[in-house]
Amino acid sequence: MPEIQQLGVRTVAISVDSPEQSRDLSRKAGFTFEFLSDPDTTAIRAYDLLHVGAGVEGHDVARPGEFLVDSNGIVRWVNLTEDFRVRARAEQFIAQAKQLE
Amino acid sequence: MGQRRRNWHLWAGFLLCLLGVVSYFFLFYRWPVTRDVPWVNFLILAAGVVSLISGLRRAFGQSQEFKGKIAGPILGILSLAAVGFFCFLIFYATKQLPKSAGAPKVGQKAPEFALKDENNKEVSLASLLAAPLGNSSTPPKGVFLIFYRGYW
Repeated sequence: MPEIQQLGVRTVAISVDSPEQSRDLSRKAGFTFEFLSDPDTTAIRAYDLLHVGAGVEGHDVARPGEFLVDSNGIVRWVNLTEDFRVRARAEQFIAQAKQLE
Repeated sequence: MGQRRRNWHLWAGFLLCLLGVVSYFFLFYRWPVTRDVPWVNFLILAAGVVSLISGLRRAFGQSQEFKGKIAGPILGILSLAAVGFFCFLIFYATKQLPKSAGAPKVGQKAPEFALKDENNKEVSLASLLAAPLGNSSTPPKGVFLIFYRGYW
């Protein structure tokens, strides 16, 4: 992911986890990107990614989804997997970041 | 009647079936090449099933020579359960995701949001697009938004 930052693109990860949980994950995994906490699923619902009851103890969580938003706030790339084992790969992110003006 | 030989094909088959399932979660899930299509695990499972069938044929076809008439069917059923569980997971369970037909599409305006970051600071999409990136003084060309399940 540092490569993506060098290409001038910011990476943000969003989940229902609390800021504390995200911080732990970020430290453990050594991620360089930012984590945002959406416990009330407001952003998750705005992007229609709510997976009702799929979390621990029936919590609502986000289904995986990746978006690239350009500097004008326009969506330039969307990746919605149909299998949560299959996620966008690093190469895909890099290729998309390269295409941005 | 002489001592019957241990039917190791049965046990090897059973252990391979277990290994074929467990190794996905502990090992092969880590890399996209072996995660997206779990071909390594399917190969291990196939080897396990072949070995198990060979063991069962020995147990019942050459029962004078080999053990396994009791252990064989038990190990066979357990192995089948392991393979069945794995196939259920790979071909069905992980595909149960909502359609997300209303997700923003290419060319559309990305919905604005305001969320707390790791330091409990409120961050909006507009601020993510405006704030300087890393050590540079310029705002980013764009922002990747990665939604993920999280621990909850």
